[in-house]
Amino acid sequence: MKKTVQDINLIREKTQSRIAMRGHGSFDTGEVSHYKRQVLICGGTGCHSNKSSQILAEFNRQIKEKGLENDVLTVMTGCFGLCAAGPVVIVYPEGAFYSRMTVEDVTEIVDEHLIKGNIVERLLHEEGEGKEKVVALSDTNFYKKQTRVALRNCGVIDPENIDEYIAYDGYQALIKALTTMDRQEVIDVILKSGLRGRGGAGFPTGRKWQFTKDAVGDIKYVCCNADEGDPGAFMDRSVLEGDPHAVLEAMSIAGYAIGATQGYIYVRAEYPIAVHRLKVAIKQAKEYGLLGENVLGLGFNFDIEIRLGAGAFVCGEETALMTSIEGNRGEPRPRPPFPAIKGLFGKPTLLNNVETYANVAQIILKGADWFSSFGTEKSKGTKVFALGGKINNTGLVEIPMGTPLRKVIEDIGGGIPNGKKFKAAQTGGPSGGCIPASLIDTPIDYESLISIGSMMGSGGLIVMDEDNCMVDIAKFFLEFTVDESCGKCTACRVGTRRLLELLTKVTEGTATMETLDEMEKLCYYIKDNSLCGLGQTAPNPVLSTLRYFRDEYIAHVKDKKCPAGVCKKLLQFKIDKDKCIGCGMCARNCPASCISKTDYIAEGHKLPSYEIDSTKCVKCGACMANCKFHAISKG
Amino acid sequence: MAKTSGVPFNGTKEQEEKLRAKLHELKSVQGGLMPALQEAQEIYGYLPKEVQIIVAEELGLSLSEVYGVVSFYSQFTIVPKGKYKIGVCLGTACYVKGSGDILAEVEKVLGISAGQITSDAKFSIDATRCIGCCGLAPVMTVNDDVYGRITPKDVNGILAKYN
Amino acid sequence: MSDIKMINLKINGIDVTVPAGTTILEAAKVAGINIPTLCYMKGINEIGACRICVVEVKGARSMVAACVYPVSEGMEVTTNSDKVIAARKTTLELLLSDHRKDCLSCERNLNCELQKLSNEYGCNAYRFRGVSSKTDAPDTTTDYLVRDNTKCILCRRCVATCNKVQTVAVIGANERGFKTNINCAFEENLENSPCVACGQCINVCPTGALHERYEINDVKKALADPEKTVIVAAAPAVRAALGEEFGNPIGTNVEGKMVTALRRIGFDKVFDVNFGADMTIIEESNEFINRVKNGGTLPMITSCSPGWVRYMEFYYPDLIPNFSTCKSPQQMFGALCKTYWAEKNGVDPKNIFVVTIMPCVAKKAEKLRDHQNASGYPDIDAVLTTRELAKLIKEKGIMFNDLPEGELDNPMGEFSGAGVIFGASGGVMEAALRTAVEKLTGEELKKPDFTEIRGMEGVKEAVYDVAGMKVKVAVASGLSNAKKICDLIRNGKADYQFVEIMCCPGGCINGGGQPILDAYTRRNVDYKTLRAGALYSEDSKKALRKSHDNPVIKDVYDYLGEIGGHKAHKILHTEYVVRKKY
Repeated sequence: MKKTVQDINLIREKTQSRIAMRGHGSFDTGEVSHYKRQVLICGGTGCHSNKSSQILAEFNRQIKEKGLENDVLTVMTGCFGLCAAGPVVIVYPEGAFYSRMTVEDVTEIVDEHLIKGNIVERLLHEEGEGKEKVVALSDTNFYKKQTRVALRNCGVIDPENIDEYIAYDGYQALIKALTTMDRQEVIDVILKSGLRGRGGAGFPTGRKWQFTKDAVGDIKYVCCNADEGDPGAFMDRSVLEGDPHAVLEAMSIAGYAIGATQGYIYVRAEYPIAVHRLKVAIKQAKEYGLLGENVLGLGFNFDIEIRLGAGAFVCGEETALMTSIEGNRGEPRPRPPFPAIKGLFGKPTLLNNVETYANVAQIILKGADWFSSFGTEKSKGTKVFALGGKINNTGLVEIPMGTPLRKVIEDIGGGIPNGKKFKAAQTGGPSGGCIPASLIDTPIDYESLISIGSMMGSGGLIVMDEDNCMVDIAKFFLEFTVDESCGKCTACRVGTRRLLELLTKVTEGTATMETLDEMEKLCYYIKDNSLCGLGQTAPNPVLSTLRYFRDEYIAHVKDKKCPAGVCKKLLQFKIDKDKCIGCGMCARNCPASCISKTDYIAEGHKLPSYEIDSTKCVKCGACMANCKFHAISKG
Repeated sequence: MAKTSGVPFNGTKEQEEKLRAKLHELKSVQGGLMPALQEAQEIYGYLPKEVQIIVAEELGLSLSEVYGVVSFYSQFTIVPKGKYKIGVCLGTACYVKGSGDILAEVEKVLGISAGQITSDAKFSIDATRCIGCCGLAPVMTVNDDVYGRITPKDVNGILAKYN
Repeated sequence: MSDIKMINLKINGIDVTVPAGTTILEAAKVAGINIPTLCYMKGINEIGACRICVVEVKGARSMVAACVYPVSEGMEVTTNSDKVIAARKTTLELLLSDHRKDCLSCERNLNCELQKLSNEYGCNAYRFRGVSSKTDAPDTTTDYLVRDNTKCILCRRCVATCNKVQTVAVIGANERGFKTNINCAFEENLENSPCVACGQCINVCPTGALHERYEINDVKKALADPEKTVIVAAAPAVRAALGEEFGNPIGTNVEGKMVTALRRIGFDKVFDVNFGADMTIIEESNEFINRVKNGGTLPMITSCSPGWVRYMEFYYPDLIPNFSTCKSPQQMFGALCKTYWAEKNGVDPKNIFVVTIMPCVAKKAEKLRDHQNASGYPDIDAVLTTRELAKLIKEKGIMFNDLPEGELDNPMGEFSGAGVIFGASGGVMEAALRTAVEKLTGEELKKPDFTEIRGMEGVKEAVYDVAGMKVKVAVASGLSNAKKICDLIRNGKADYQFVEIMCCPGGCINGGGQPILDAYTRRNVDYKTLRAGALYSEDSKKALRKSHDNPVIKDVYDYLGEIGGHKAHKILHTEYVVRKKY
């Protein structure tokens, strides 16, 4: 049924009473829900892969079996953020935070917590070195130190229930824009908020909107870039999975502001859950008359179509994305003309990414000043990061711009596992750079990251410890870009490939110091001469590691050693003949048969020790893994 | 050298009818080639020449234009996939946690490389981009089953479940 | 119309004022500054891919591609700083690192855009060493073209030409990244594709990745065989362009020197395909008049252009009934050599070897079609392109420009001006009209010039009043234009009686076998008009302007019998086939 503004407000009030228990909004509602408890289960990709839907099914089965249907509501939400603890379950009103759940744990929670009201201590999340139990997610360091704007609804609402979105003021911003603001006023608010593109380059969003509004054209388009392709980044996916309507609402507001009636969301096909929830959201929004002809009877037309990517990282580049939607090879086009003037199908087009849109409705509702109260002078608001790699709390975090990297790694991220030392953080994915431990106090904002040779990127934040070889990391990212280069321009197609070949020489110990100079020259050439952002930023991982970890490069080049023991060609496995008891496990597990008995018997041992013929060794590490006496070392 | 899957095409009439009907709808859609190929791959599981010809004919494109698009995107495949599709994530989070070794182990056990299919069409391997389960790194998938926090030693046992 | 806004900018410190929308590349030319290009083709391939044209723009984040970057007010451009030059040099060195550098024996040696630029920028061809992206052996599967991808630099000029100019899109960019390659679908060989054999891709290739399939050795072998009478004849367009290979200005007609050169190479008879063109007009205009009078399928479409014939057979086989059944001038010429001339001179056709010099590569394939062996032996034995002839002349040590003007042999060296203009778009139609009008009216055509259908426009239309009958004609060249006409006919929306179509834009003067002009010349010189001009000028000077006035024709029909009669049909007409695209 198509709704009016009044209908939407009614739904809002009604639903608020049902969800008030979750405590995330300050609802002014007299009614109280009949549910005594609510069980929220994370349905983000991480937890989903860890069988969270089976856990939900088990809850539902037991609740039915034990006659609790009227007392307990189960909700599958989007990502809570703390993926490392997945699968995650929260039970309200206590907000008890159960982590690493299994299907077998369900009975105990139902019997003890849901029926008797006793929190199950055993299953509560543990935090920090002391493995202290934490009752509520909101009490974790991980959560406490975040500021959630873009992720406000993730892990709070059922993303497949439009009413819950509406309850948290969903679509109020659209109503506000359509009923009380003219098009320019909408853009002025966005301009004033200081919001910048969250996809990487940080272009001021309001100016983009203004350009597109001012462009001449009978047809204009609004596009959403959901082709999040940085390896290790899943911010946009989590927003789409946890709060899809936020994107739809923002795109509608943008459509109104620039004068478009059609929107496209270009989303990675690798995100099936996100795609599904988007489809559900669009269907529900259409049913409510929030999308389509004459939105809420207010005379505004706007529709949204989903287009799936097909596995090409370069399609995250704006012109390539549009070329792809047009049905072609996703090759970038030269700019100008910019999309705002001549974009999708040759028409003026506004393109923002998911996270950027996720901020829009809040800005319209709460005002530009509210938004710009977060962040730094030039970087306003918050930024979502996907924290991964060698860090205790892998997951999704949202912090005000300008937060020091240290806070993210040590406080929110909970530090490095296994007592290892923090070595570097990589931001910006294949376009970004590595930030060394010495710069851990750098504030995270657009300008600061650029000034140290990295970039914000879309928000991947990969932490590395002493076991990671920085040359290998640079090579990993470069291999990625070489693989994902569209092949159109010479600088990127051939340049990155030759750069990778030079870098490979370093990792294989065949490079000279001149190789490093040639690499550096080639890096700057590629940055300067590539057609699109992919090529222009592709050398960043190499340049930033050359800058901060030059010693490691030199060790590879001059000493033919990989200090972290990662680069296989430079590795040497050795048996300490005095520690070797001669059990022969290493030799039996060696696929290359290059380990043999010597005639040396160490003091106190009965059998002769073994040795490795390094000319035949394939450096698989099987010997080391199988030696119970730690007699084998690599280096 | 001409590229083929080496597997004879055995599409059915029903599949073709279904595809042509979909293509008929997509004909008038702006930029319909990508959705068309996605539909086609959904129906046939892969995009052999016979299928690409149908797409080209219905959308009024040359076969070269269609193939140019197919070969650009890594999710389109002209090689059929195995009954069990194995994916090893080589995203950053998994990579730094050693997923490269996992892939090598899978390749070793099955005797094929990433992008290939075993001769009995049972298994195919793909090195995938980040699938977003970074909290479980390193991750390998078999069809819809996800195996997280694994080591090369676990590979044999996982594969054995499908044999 | 509003005034075009003018933009003021500085290039290398020089003030330039150009209309808005002008690119930096074009603006630089106005200022007398050359910026090199590789991938750029105006209006056809504006992709900014090769990066050779990069320049510095003050305030820009990175270098910009001058070929596609529009000027803006107050812009300051530097095209020749050390940084720019170093960048271009690196670009070239990267291209060279993935290029098979057998320059000394390459067909494009000294005529290669990559080589020329590498030389200008003093490149170190071996600065970068690494794997090659393409290692496949050259594709030699067709009778007309060879593609050697190890020399391809992925500028995509061939792709754009195949796709946008000829609209057949049989080749394209496949795969991505370093693996990107230009190929047919599924990396199939060209012979398995619906390629029309126009060879336009060769003409736009900056390197030696594409060339015709050479037949020089077949010709040499025949010349060395004492049993063989080797006849040679050149198509009209050849004389308008061959001179370019020897440094003559574009548009120089070198017919006389060409004849001498052919004689010195050792051909026994030097005839002219123009004669075949005259024959074509006799048969074709007769066919047209018959169709008009007897309610045959109209419009009738010309069939001289073998690329066009292949195109129709692949893409518009439903138009076969509209096609003239006349063989092309080349095939008529060859067929008559081995029947009429053979009989007259008592030579066994088995021992006649007919070579044509063609501006075309599709002619190489045409000679191998079915039904092209009137004498029981192939009508044509070898086809050399204009470029191959130039190679042969150079190899034989013939100082072309110093040659005296030669005379063609009789009888098949006799031709009219109508035969000459076959080489330009509109020429066949004009030649046919000269004959058809006289036949239909029974009166002498005083002014045989049909200027409405001359020129380089893609589609030309005209209506002529002939003996009280309105004859509407259309002339199209280039397959993108041919497609428009074909669609009209297919959809029953064409009211033409007679249509001339040439596969290559501008007609044979711009054929796929003509001398290769570099990108700069193609962009900045109206070479098609200049070459066509050489033909129209020869026509205007000829006493003999109409095909049916060619005195030898009468003698030929003494042999053939009636025009369009049984014997004429057997020797001079052909059939078409429906070709499968896949």
